Amino acid sequence: MTVTAMVLPYEAALAAYDPVLGLEVHVELNTATKMFCGCATTFGAEPNTQVCPVCLGLPGALPVVNEVGVESAIRIGLALNCTIAPWSRFARKNYFYPDMPKNFQTSQYDEPIASDGWLDVELSDGSIYRVLIERAHMEEDTGKSLHVGGATGRIHGADHSLVDYNRAGIPLIEIVTKPMTGVGERAPEIARAYVMALRDLLRALDVSDVRMEQGSLRCDANVSLRPKLDDDQETVPLGTRTETKNVNSFRSVERAVRYEIMRQAAVLHDGGRVIQETRHWHEDTGVTTSGREKSDAMDYRYFPEPDLVPVAPSSEFVAALRQTLPEPPGERRKRLQTAWGYTDLEMRDVVNAGAVELIEATVAAGATAAGARKWWSGEVARRANAEGVDVGEYASASGLTPAHVAELDQLVTSGRLNDPMARQVLEGVLAGQGSPTAVADALGLQLVQDDSALEAAVDAAIAANPDVTEKVRGGKVQAAGALIGQVMKQMKGQADAAKVRELILAKLTS
Amino acid sequence: MTTDLTRLAAAEMARLLAAREVSSVELTRAHLDRTADVDDEVHAYLCLDVEGALRTAAEVDQRRIAGESVHLLAGVPIAVKDVLATRGLPTTCGSRILEGWIPPYDATLVGRLRTAAMPILGKTNMDEFAMGSSTEHSAWGPSHNPWDLTRIPGGSGGGSSSAVASFQAPFAIGTDTGGSIRQPAAVTGTVGVKPTYGGVSRYGLVALASSLDQAGPCTRSVLDAALLHAVIGGHDPMDSTSIDAPVPPVVDAAQRASVEGMTVGVVRQLGGEGYQAGVRERFDESVQLLVDLGAKVVEVDCPSFDYALATYYLILPSEASSNLAKFDGMRYGLRVLPSGVADPDAEQVMAATRDAGFGPEVKRRIILGTYALSSGYYDAYYGQAQKVRRLIAEDFARAFQVADVLVSPTAPTTAFPIGEKLDDPLAMYLNDVATIPANLAGVPGMSIPSGLASEDGLPTGIQFLAPATEDDRLYAAGAALEAALLDRWGGPLLDRAPELPKGA
Amino acid sequence: MSLTRDDVAHLASLARIDLSEAELDRMLGELTVILDSVAVVQQAPTDGVEPMSHPLPLTNVTRPDVVRPSLTAEQALAGAPVEEQQRFSVPRILAED
Repeated sequence: MTVTAMVLPYEAALAAYDPVLGLEVHVELNTATKMFCGCATTFGAEPNTQVCPVCLGLPGALPVVNEVGVESAIRIGLALNCTIAPWSRFARKNYFYPDMPKNFQTSQYDEPIASDGWLDVELSDGSIYRVLIERAHMEEDTGKSLHVGGATGRIHGADHSLVDYNRAGIPLIEIVTKPMTGVGERAPEIARAYVMALRDLLRALDVSDVRMEQGSLRCDANVSLRPKLDDDQETVPLGTRTETKNVNSFRSVERAVRYEIMRQAAVLHDGGRVIQETRHWHEDTGVTTSGREKSDAMDYRYFPEPDLVPVAPSSEFVAALRQTLPEPPGERRKRLQTAWGYTDLEMRDVVNAGAVELIEATVAAGATAAGARKWWSGEVARRANAEGVDVGEYASASGLTPAHVAELDQLVTSGRLNDPMARQVLEGVLAGQGSPTAVADALGLQLVQDDSALEAAVDAAIAANPDVTEKVRGGKVQAAGALIGQVMKQMKGQADAAKVRELILAKLTS
Repeated sequence: MTTDLTRLAAAEMARLLAAREVSSVELTRAHLDRTADVDDEVHAYLCLDVEGALRTAAEVDQRRIAGESVHLLAGVPIAVKDVLATRGLPTTCGSRILEGWIPPYDATLVGRLRTAAMPILGKTNMDEFAMGSSTEHSAWGPSHNPWDLTRIPGGSGGGSSSAVASFQAPFAIGTDTGGSIRQPAAVTGTVGVKPTYGGVSRYGLVALASSLDQAGPCTRSVLDAALLHAVIGGHDPMDSTSIDAPVPPVVDAAQRASVEGMTVGVVRQLGGEGYQAGVRERFDESVQLLVDLGAKVVEVDCPSFDYALATYYLILPSEASSNLAKFDGMRYGLRVLPSGVADPDAEQVMAATRDAGFGPEVKRRIILGTYALSSGYYDAYYGQAQKVRRLIAEDFARAFQVADVLVSPTAPTTAFPIGEKLDDPLAMYLNDVATIPANLAGVPGMSIPSGLASEDGLPTGIQFLAPATEDDRLYAAGAALEAALLDRWGGPLLDRAPELPKGA
Repeated sequence: MSLTRDDVAHLASLARIDLSEAELDRMLGELTVILDSVAVVQQAPTDGVEPMSHPLPLTNVTRPDVVRPSLTAEQALAGAPVEEQQRFSVPRILAED
């Protein structure tokens, strides 16, 4: 039964309290095999067909570390400006749960491979928030349970569960932030922006598919409140935090953080105490509900994993990995902005629309930077928003490719299409009618290039509209609009309006 | 002919097989017949694989007939302690919680036995999950010492030691976490070796204490142990803790059989008070014999060894408590529903299964280990024990600077009566006081028979210890002493064991 | 550091072992004796000593990221006490992680 908790309105909450966040992100690596065995990691395989004695936790089996798992962990640490530990170990995190075949998770405890880094997150208004990274460490994923017999397929009320261990043992990197302070009323936005920035970084590193909807990027949001002071805010002790799970999209990150702030504020406002616990986010109802006691209270009895030996990357090895790092997304954006000649505002629009990579590919396919931006962060972004998806998702779903957009842009810049015609062509491409050129051909769209035809139309319009013509001759250049309109109608829209205007004015003024 | 065959050394059996004077099928059958005769009394085996063993034997015979080259030990049958995964053969680890579990894979070392085409006779009895020194903690009852069936054959590998000592197998695979190969060898008049930690793959060895476990040979002679060690040893990429180096030259060393020029260190802390007089008497004689053979003897002082037992009984339960967490009735093995509970949840089923499936010693050590690892106690117990462990390793290092090998009595007493120490866990733990230090430091150790104790006429053992990766020193010294003792005795010690009654 | 009966009960619950009352009582006595004797490690001279969790100074043992054959589902599920839809059927799980 979900009891709707009291919430304090957001503004009131922020007036009285200072939120502090902590985000834990789990990244599922895109290695070919699992962290400690050679089983494949392919998504969507038949249940229990990608398991072996090791990841099934059969008696006697032993783990062996995946070398690419280690490399990815180090590269992620470097990209997050972390110190890479010259010597680190795996540890056992002991607890019982049916989706964990050994009833301990092989993870890292007090000797993580990477620590003390930071990531600068650019917010929508261009300001930067620096998220401090506590650590990044290696661990393994658990199996997956289907809960049977309950009403909703969720765990509560289920009769029994069915476990598939295909996912057990897939490498995970856990990235933990230090407490994020000074976020104020932008806390939800910052949380979301951080996760998105992390996603971009990890995609650029090519270490993961980073798709929240597929579970290769997971986020747990820790939120606490402390009384708001006018100064010396940093001296106020942190409040009790809750950990919210089941945050499955960027939107959920923002909404869940916002909700928790409001909920905790109401508790505190009433003189109550926030319970340290794990909560569950519900995207449909927009609330968090209480789960278990927060894992801090659980004694995991960590000890160094005796079946594995320490990971001790040499400084040469780390340096070599550093060479493989791609350009940091922030720097890359600055470089592209300059190359494309966008203003700050234009670039921000492009980034916010999630269209940077698409534009890059489109320009590479031969489009102008201005054209690429106009289509992707203009027309296409508008349609994507209407459907509640991001530009990339809209593009893949509709089959619109950078090559298409480049072709469209070329059709305009080469003078074959004007803007209204190009939009028509785009409709056709989106409807699956083929490439831009094919659609333009099918629709018979072609700007009239032939000056004599144009001239004839212009002469005809001039002849048919003596009053307007007089006005134009007399200096009222704006009146030419009506003549342009006539010519365009005559040409069935397939004329370059600017050219028509030129011709008219040339004839009527000297 | 049957009895004669089973009394041969494995090396001799191999020679006869190679000379085609006997077939593997004959040899294997002889051992199975022996088992049929005596194992009702000895109870060495938990499961026999008659069909599988004979099939392998027949295949080897065919290959020999066809003139194919086969391994030196091909066709010599062997028994395997039930803690090792054997594909298609039940593997219980002496526990009800794994009753009926049939592994879908072979332990790496089992794979090496199969590659060498050695017929696997069956799985031998053991203390549950290798926790014990008497085999009395087996869910299926103890094995019995062939020297006196009312007495323990040692543990946890009492099945392997009693199988070998009763001629039901030429040799066997055992495992040793705190002495579980060496102590049973000592009390049954046989040979047992714990290789350097990492010298033999642990893949497929159901873990008790991951940083202490090692598999090794249980045999009737040092040469047989060397031959077996050479088969099972060596690097395994499936075991991250295995040593990436060739097996030390153990066979050469066993054949060389010399202590000429060796310095032998007698460990002050191992032996003396708490050790049975007859055990010490035989030990002192053996040390003197080593001197006669050309060794120099010195005394070494390893003060940290006084903490070894306590250290072990903190580290082992801690690792074991985690290693045994996987046995919960969800994926394999026993599943027990709690009685009187209408619709039990997963946790309740786990708890009921583990209470029903584990014996008292296992439960004791799991609880102890859970405590030693728990927050607030970690530093004082597990954390502290890992530090003392380093002190013990350093004591060994210092001792090996002045001695090539160390010696001690293997166990403080001869075989005690079944039931005598069962109610006193601490008294039981004391059986391992001399063998434990080697596991903590990872150094190799060997026990060979040193004679019968005068008070009770029961076997005693002398233990050799060598630096890590220098296992061959054990074989050189052990074989030398063994030859001299054989000479003095006029034949193997086991010849003096009473004839076992043949079952109906 | 003397163990109480509640301590043992708590440990048994952490270890998921449903001890009977009689077992609890016996365990308390036995463990107290054992703990007393192992407590001697605290007297060892360990100032400045690094803990040793491995006998061997091995590091960096890894394997290449290359797929190896898995078990078949049949093999994986062979020992399952209860199987359903090619998955391991387990009793209802109380709390969500």
